[in-house]
Amino acid sequence: MADDSADSPQQQLTRALHPLPLRLMHWTNAVAMIVMIGSGWQIYNDEVLFGWLHFPSWITIGDGAEGALQWHFLAMWILVFNGIAYLAYGLKTGRFRRMLLPIHPHEVLLEIRKALRLNLEHDDLTRYNAVQRLLYVGIIAVIVVQVLSGLIIWKPVQLSELSFLFYDFQGARLAHFIGMVAIVGFVLVHVALALIVPQTLVAMLKGGPRVPKEPTEAALEADASAHLESESAQ
Amino acid sequence: MSLRTPSSSIFRPKRGIDQSVLEENKQLVDTINRRRVLRGAVSLGALSMLTGCDVTRRDSVQSVLRTVSQWNDRAQAALFRPNHLAPTYAPSQVVKPPRFNAYYDVEDVAPVDAANWKLELSGQIEDKRPWTVRQIYDLPEQEIIVRHICVEGWDYVGQWSGVNLRQFLQRIGADLTAKYVSFRCADDYYGSIDMPSALHPQTLLATKYAGEHITDPFGFPLRLRTAVKLGFKNPKWITAMEVTNTYRGGYWEDRGFNWFSGI
Repeated sequence: MADDSADSPQQQLTRALHPLPLRLMHWTNAVAMIVMIGSGWQIYNDEVLFGWLHFPSWITIGDGAEGALQWHFLAMWILVFNGIAYLAYGLKTGRFRRMLLPIHPHEVLLEIRKALRLNLEHDDLTRYNAVQRLLYVGIIAVIVVQVLSGLIIWKPVQLSELSFLFYDFQGARLAHFIGMVAIVGFVLVHVALALIVPQTLVAMLKGGPRVPKEPTEAALEADASAHLESESAQ
Repeated sequence: MSLRTPSSSIFRPKRGIDQSVLEENKQLVDTINRRRVLRGAVSLGALSMLTGCDVTRRDSVQSVLRTVSQWNDRAQAALFRPNHLAPTYAPSQVVKPPRFNAYYDVEDVAPVDAANWKLELSGQIEDKRPWTVRQIYDLPEQEIIVRHICVEGWDYVGQWSGVNLRQFLQRIGADLTAKYVSFRCADDYYGSIDMPSALHPQTLLATKYAGEHITDPFGFPLRLRTAVKLGFKNPKWITAMEVTNTYRGGYWEDRGFNWFSGI
């Protein structure tokens, strides 16, 4: 993580677009999330919210509800501790500010229009477009809410002060289900796009292109406004 | 939790197996190639060697999962707030009758004969004299209207009354520093809870539901009702209670469900 300390005098040194700790956290999260979803489906099957929806056993994780619960409460710790480390890393290194902000609504609309015309630019892996930024910020928020609804389902009495957040116990179950749908939807889009543009997948495995070490605040500002100008010029 | 007895398979013929099938397929049966069957058997033998390896892998995964579940017991004990009360509800929200749950169907409930019933006491208890139904009914009553939450995900509001377990444990001179309170039941169900949960103000030995004696399907004459555990941690038709430092597990816990299962 030494290459991420912002006040280092060696600003000109280069580092990978996705530094090693970030890649490790990304893949740890991916595995933990898959286990959470697969075991969650098996737990859901024991008492369904919707009569028409049962998850077939070949896509669920865990032997019966008891096995699925064991998996769910194993992956839970990995997901939460990895997630806390990821948030701390993103905030401390400035990665969130650099890569995920700002999100301008007109840029989002522009990118959606481009995407619908199958005209997505992906020459520059180091810059996320507005839709990517929105999706990444959105999925982080969804996972935070998902952890919260999960905690309230797990400990409705110990955390009774928070139980009003999702109306009642069944409200928390429904919120947890909707959060799962949002995460699965994100995963499908995310994986599809990564397969369409495989260099993004390679970058998340090997680190990707070298980028300048921690750009200064002024450089960031100049960069952002230059980007805005080029957008409005189109 | 409501646990269904294994449902009869939809693939099982309703009226036995029709022997005419054998007649109709006589030709096919006669043409079965013995050499191919033998070769298949050898391949199957080879496959079973592979499963041997698979079984050990499964066992090690199982042991990791069980170890984490025990670690989760400790984490939950640390999270437990001994004097934090569970939300309570209005009598108008009470569901009558309560929802049935056991490891068999409601029609298989074997009623307990009150005249011969006794609550046996054992373990770290000074006064181990057994209790009759009459003596239990004469104990001071506490009422709680709390949410029952099943590990499966369903819930309902129930109104339970009976003697507060902490008061009962004090009355019989139980060692309140012991680790566990363990129960055995008339239907061979068994379970145990940690002492802090046993001493929680909303943990009762319940004899009544919605002001009436608990009926047969719901644990007559005596059941545990604690507001701080999942439904299956509340044994019904209790016949014996032990205060102990020895881990006794439980019916579902021994089948892989988490032991602490606090809510």
